[in-house]
Amino acid sequence: MKAPKPTCVEVRLPSRLGYEKVAMSTAASVAKLMGFREDRVEDLKTAVAEACINAIEHGNRLNEGLSVGVVLSVDADSLEVKVIDDGKGMKSRPVKPDIDRKMHGEEDPRGMGMFLIQALVDEAEWVVGSEGKSSYVRLVIRLDKDAA
Amino acid sequence: MQSETKSRVEQVTSPAGQAVAVLRFEGDIASTSKDAVLGAFQALPKETARLVLLDFSKVDYINSSGIALVIQLLIEASNSGQKVAAFGLSAHFTKVFTMVGITKYAGLFGSQAEALAGL
Repeated sequence: MKAPKPTCVEVRLPSRLGYEKVAMSTAASVAKLMGFREDRVEDLKTAVAEACINAIEHGNRLNEGLSVGVVLSVDADSLEVKVIDDGKGMKSRPVKPDIDRKMHGEEDPRGMGMFLIQALVDEAEWVVGSEGKSSYVRLVIRLDKDAA
Repeated sequence: MQSETKSRVEQVTSPAGQAVAVLRFEGDIASTSKDAVLGAFQALPKETARLVLLDFSKVDYINSSGIALVIQLLIEASNSGQKVAAFGLSAHFTKVFTMVGITKYAGLFGSQAEALAGL
């Protein structure tokens, strides 16, 4: 017997800040269709928005000739989101922001995107593409049926 | 594509009789919001605006660049001895602000009345 074909939704964004909201809305719509609780949908929206902002700013360096791919794959109990850009990939790992260091000017007030992504979803991994292209971040958020 | 951030200032009085400047934001808080967030705060007279409330009740979207602007505002407030609190954040953004540690430097309240009472 054949396994059911996974449901997949793809969005292609221009590398222009603000368009992350298109991916955010799409991910929210898919998550709601899957039955995610409202608070988890909000977590996903922020994580997807931050992943797209990183792809636009750092991956594609705001080059509007390049686009950001967003692929949402629906599984029975989880949603996977891949955000793909043409950059060389994120080599740094998410670091928890230190508010005291930020307040004292010892740490940049910015740079919280990767931390938020990792903190808000169940899985997050940053994958460096081959030949320095098509790098992506992969996020997974799981349906918590017991808490639904 | 990014919606414009609007901000306006309103002067109110706390139950304790203190003058409080309320910065009311509307729209997205993102990298393009520098003037609406930092600019509006910097325009407050430092001598008289000792207590400042940030009203997020009409803000739907805040990203990490927007949070960084709020942190920059808190740095400036701290340097000039001003006290800042915020209200009107959704449950989600209350969680996010707490995760990044903002609650250590600015109290978060559900409503303006609660914030005024808590200053």
